[in-house]
Amino acid sequence: MSGFISIEGIARRYGTGPAIFQDLWLSMSQGDFVCVIGHSGCGKTTVLNILAGLDAPSEGAVIVDGKEISGPSLDRAVIFQGHSLLPWRTVLGNVAYAVSSRHRTWSTAQVNAHAQKFIDRVGLTGSEHKRPAELSGGMKQRVGIARALSIEPKIMLMDEPFSALDALTRGTLQDEVRRICTGTGQTVFMITHDVDEAIYLADKIVLMTNGPGAVLAEIVDNPLPRDRARTDIHKHPLYYGVRNHIVDFLVTRSRAFNTTGHDPRNVPVVRPTHALT
Amino acid sequence: MTASLPWRAALVTVLIFAAFVLAWHIATRGTGAVQQMSPEYAKLMGSTATQGKSAMPGPLDVGAKLWEHVRNPFYDNGPNDKGIGIQIAYSVGRVMIGYGLAVLVAVPIGFLIGMSPLMNKALDPYIQILKPISPLAWMPLALYTIKDSSLSAIFVIFVCSLWPTMINTSFGVAQVRKEWLNVARTLEVGTFRRAFTIILPAAAPTIMTGVRVSGGIAWLVIVAAEMLVGGTGIGYFVWNEWNNLSITNVIVAIVAIGAVGMVLDLILARLTKLVTFPE
Ligand SMILES: Nc1ncnc2c1ncn2[C@@H]1O[C@H](COP(=O)(O)OP(=O)(O)O)[C@@H](O)[C@H]1O
Ligand SMILES: [Mg+2]
Repeated sequence: MSGFISIEGIARRYGTGPAIFQDLWLSMSQGDFVCVIGHSGCGKTTVLNILAGLDAPSEGAVIVDGKEISGPSLDRAVIFQGHSLLPWRTVLGNVAYAVSSRHRTWSTAQVNAHAQKFIDRVGLTGSEHKRPAELSGGMKQRVGIARALSIEPKIMLMDEPFSALDALTRGTLQDEVRRICTGTGQTVFMITHDVDEAIYLADKIVLMTNGPGAVLAEIVDNPLPRDRARTDIHKHPLYYGVRNHIVDFLVTRSRAFNTTGHDPRNVPVVRPTHALT
Repeated sequence: MTASLPWRAALVTVLIFAAFVLAWHIATRGTGAVQQMSPEYAKLMGSTATQGKSAMPGPLDVGAKLWEHVRNPFYDNGPNDKGIGIQIAYSVGRVMIGYGLAVLVAVPIGFLIGMSPLMNKALDPYIQILKPISPLAWMPLALYTIKDSSLSAIFVIFVCSLWPTMINTSFGVAQVRKEWLNVARTLEVGTFRRAFTIILPAAAPTIMTGVRVSGGIAWLVIVAAEMLVGGTGIGYFVWNEWNNLSITNVIVAIVAIGAVGMVLDLILARLTKLVTFPE
């Protein structure tokens, strides 16, 4: 395996307990939008933290761009499950903090101009000088997205970025993330538990079984056209086939996954192509 | 009642004050029973026995004395007769030096303790033992080693106001939310920059709470310390007036000590508010 990101046989255990997940192999190409779906507690956040360099695997390694990762990097931006903005800084201050970390020699004016560009891009123009406490949940998450985008990372890692939002806000933010990420060919690794979100956003949907000892069961290759729109995606003839396949996995197969004959190095790729009648 | 809460509270405050002053006035008005006695004996007994007047000054006496001090706070007629403003200035000066040094020392040390779980555990017994020691207990040791009374008072203030700031700083630093530290880590922020841009602002409200408690302690300690070392300061003033049997001046000094303490605390509360962030 030699993708842009290559997860090579990682496992994570706490103390002497059983592994949360084990023998995880996954390869991603540049520009891939990958979503991971699995039940709560199966270890999705742990995998993402390992990719971010915030956590280390107990076994195995992760190779990014030909190098084994050994810690966090500005090349891999994280959008955290909680928005984790710095509450003592304004919107502009939060984004500028990231920009000045990336470009240490820039002047304040350069930093602010760059930050402003990304604040505009996520639709927060006019709220630059507000503190996080004055923002709605959706606006906070937008700041998190602007902060991650502003350092122009090679990879974006998103941990259930929209799960705390109301349906309407979630929809608009999904549109924006898709527009920005597909427009710039951004490589994205995203965790979600929302099947529709995964189908709308991802090219590949990775299905993870329940822990302990979770494994990657299969990779669903999204058969929907790349120019899909969120509002009429459910009218596509293949939509319910994909959806049912994933829901079926979550409801039954994630719990009692049969590992006989399952090769963790070559996780089966499934492309649901049969339309439902 | 439709008036707003602050107005009603202010009204109650004023009413309580009025009731207190009235009760005080009645209690110290005098007994009226004047006995016949020889002039020598009357002189020994003082005005309580001779004129039926209470030894405790009434609110009018204190008010008049207070007004006298307020009108001329900075006169200086030699070592035992200085204006109350001068005495307060001496005390505030000592507090500023001792307490200022304590904050300058306690915040960096508390920071290191908070950053290191090892130091946190290793230094905890020392802090727990040193913290409850009364300022008066330090005084003989300070006088013996430092030999200068004014410096000893400053040292005692320093020692006593060290702990709340140090403990709060280490606590605030150790409690910084992991997600904020992770933000710094993913942005590859170095140790030094992280200390000043993440840990310090995140811990600042807790640190300032400690600084405020230390300030209160410093002001408590200075009065006791100056009573012991003498010379100048509001604590010495109280002691001196007690020796002069001028209870009126003692009460004026008590009011002044309270007022200055309140102003110090108000300033520190303002500073705390400046660094506090809403979540
Ligand atoms: N510090 C820890 N010590 C022990 N177990 C932990 C620790 N952190 C997480 N876990 C366990 O790891 C598992 C995976 O957690 P997580 O990656 O957050 O799951 P997910 O994001 O899929 O909901 C959970 O079952 C959790 O109990
Ligand atoms: Mg999670």
